Amino acid sequence: MRTVSYIQAVTEAMTEEMERDESVFIMGEDVAWNMMGDCTGLVEKFGTERVRNTPISEAGFVGAGAGAAMVGMRPIVHMLIAPFMYVAFDQIVSIIAKSTYTYGGQARLPITLRAPMMYGVSNAAQHSDRPYATLMTIPGLKLIAPATPHDAKGMLKAAIRDDNPVITFEDRSLWGQSSEVPDGELIVPLGQAAVRREGTDVTVVTVAGAITLGLAAAEQLASEGVSAEVIDLRSIVPMDTDTILESVAKTGRLLIADPAHEMGSVASEISAVVAQHGFWSLQAPIARVTTPHTHMPFNADLEKVLLPNTDKIVAEARALME
Amino acid sequence: MITVDDDLLREMYRRMSRIRKFEDTTKELLLAGELYGAFHTSTGQESSILKTRNALRIHDSMVGTHRSHGHPIGKGAQLDRLLAELMGKETGVNQGKGGSMHLSDFSIGSLGETSIVGSGLPVATGAALAYKMRGDDNVSLCFFGDGASNQGTFHESLNLAAIWKLPVVYVCENNGYGELTSAKDAISVEDISIRAVGYDMPGVTVDGQDVLAVFEAVSEAVDRARRGDGPSLVETKTYRFENHAVGRLPEHYRSSEEVEYWRTERDPLALFHQVLIERGFDEQQIDDLDAAVSEEIVAAIEFARQSPAPPPEAAFTHLFSPSAG
Repeated sequence: MRTVSYIQAVTEAMTEEMERDESVFIMGEDVAWNMMGDCTGLVEKFGTERVRNTPISEAGFVGAGAGAAMVGMRPIVHMLIAPFMYVAFDQIVSIIAKSTYTYGGQARLPITLRAPMMYGVSNAAQHSDRPYATLMTIPGLKLIAPATPHDAKGMLKAAIRDDNPVITFEDRSLWGQSSEVPDGELIVPLGQAAVRREGTDVTVVTVAGAITLGLAAAEQLASEGVSAEVIDLRSIVPMDTDTILESVAKTGRLLIADPAHEMGSVASEISAVVAQHGFWSLQAPIARVTTPHTHMPFNADLEKVLLPNTDKIVAEARALME
Repeated sequence: MITVDDDLLREMYRRMSRIRKFEDTTKELLLAGELYGAFHTSTGQESSILKTRNALRIHDSMVGTHRSHGHPIGKGAQLDRLLAELMGKETGVNQGKGGSMHLSDFSIGSLGETSIVGSGLPVATGAALAYKMRGDDNVSLCFFGDGASNQGTFHESLNLAAIWKLPVVYVCENNGYGELTSAKDAISVEDISIRAVGYDMPGVTVDGQDVLAVFEAVSEAVDRARRGDGPSLVETKTYRFENHAVGRLPEHYRSSEEVEYWRTERDPLALFHQVLIERGFDEQQIDDLDAAVSEEIVAAIEFARQSPAPPPEAAFTHLFSPSAG
């Protein structure tokens, strides 16, 4: 098998789907210029009609993606970075999430919004959000956060083929990571978590880029005699709570590592589900390693203090074992 | 000058009459307690609604607003399923999920109506983008009000349509008020069509109570779009006879004399009636058209009343489309 980086996997997914289906196109700010490096070769292959630069006009082009989807296209809308979605929030919430339901199933919205997340790189508060939990509160959207090159490709391809709106949160801390991706067709169904490391003492559920921290923590914990099971959530909505509950039934302990802000987070939702449906399996309180309820500061050291890291996960896991 | 033959005149009048009677009926049913929810009727604005529809083909699409009972009727939707939707019935166009502010009928090209002011503009623009990319000769028609012309989506949509030369016609029904506030106090210009200049597209203002004037302006814009010459903005100056929402709000923001003037002097249906007489129709022919529409309305009310309510589990259906690519 060959080794591919996360960002190459994303490019491959888009290229293959655009080759396969003429109704697939990508639009967004500077996509034809390959500003982020994730659209390499696209404009050369498909031209500027299907690799369409837009003005800096998020409400306009996100809503236009919805309209194009309603009449049969499959747009990939590149948000450049996730917080730019706020500018288009009404289009995402009132139109993209609600049209299929409100119109009694008449509207299909096969639209994919790509929402790369940059945090931990001194971009300060406005550029650094991880807003999946905000969107999780809105029915009608599928939200994914692939965390390996394999899933980046397979889940993006599944998202593009899905007849529903999918927002894919790509953690840019993962873009440069490489691992094995098979040649040829690769589809990873949405809605399934993946057990990345088996263990018996504590379940560590990771969201997006926290997988790197979770696996490193598990390694360290193993050296201390603690066996951690690491689950990569991958799909936020729909959420594979069965896999989490099965794991907690085995380990009796749960820690969730989520780079987003703690209040009303994915970590909070998982905690509630396990407290409600897995309560009798628990041998310790549920732990959350998240970002506290304050903004991302510019100062690199300050920012670092706030974000989850391996040491925090290890410390919380140790506490659960006491 | 676009020629309008007798058949077209008759069909225009019929559709206009359908909208008027439909709206009158919905108001009665609402006040009688048989309908519920926020209700924004378009009585008085029929000519804007109506004539634009006739300029379109079935494969052309439209996007409407919260005040859009009339738009799908103008495009040929069945009254019974529209009325059933207003009653929240399973047989409604949206199966009881949308109601008054979100009527849709994809079978006749109505891509739905949106109740957040200005939110339909990007959607209509995107449909036009799809038509252009596919090389269809379809046209996307976008209805919105004077209020929406102050939203950012208006600017963003018209700019996108202009730079990409999209086949879309923006029809601004300027009824003089955004909710309760006069356009005079909320809009920087007297004629919204002048804003088209900022997007290098044609903009025209017409008398929204004059069916034939609206028909001509919109037909021209639709032809232009279909030829591949890009978008246009058409403003129709019109008036809503009813309050912003029926039976719910104070109406102290406008004078009863003003309302009375528009009702008696500027009623588009009465004005068009006069046109028909001038064009050689007799009263009996017009009465017959009205009578046929009344029968249709009676049947629609009966259909809607007899239709079943959606079962409780329907609250959970249609959250997603069933097929996965």
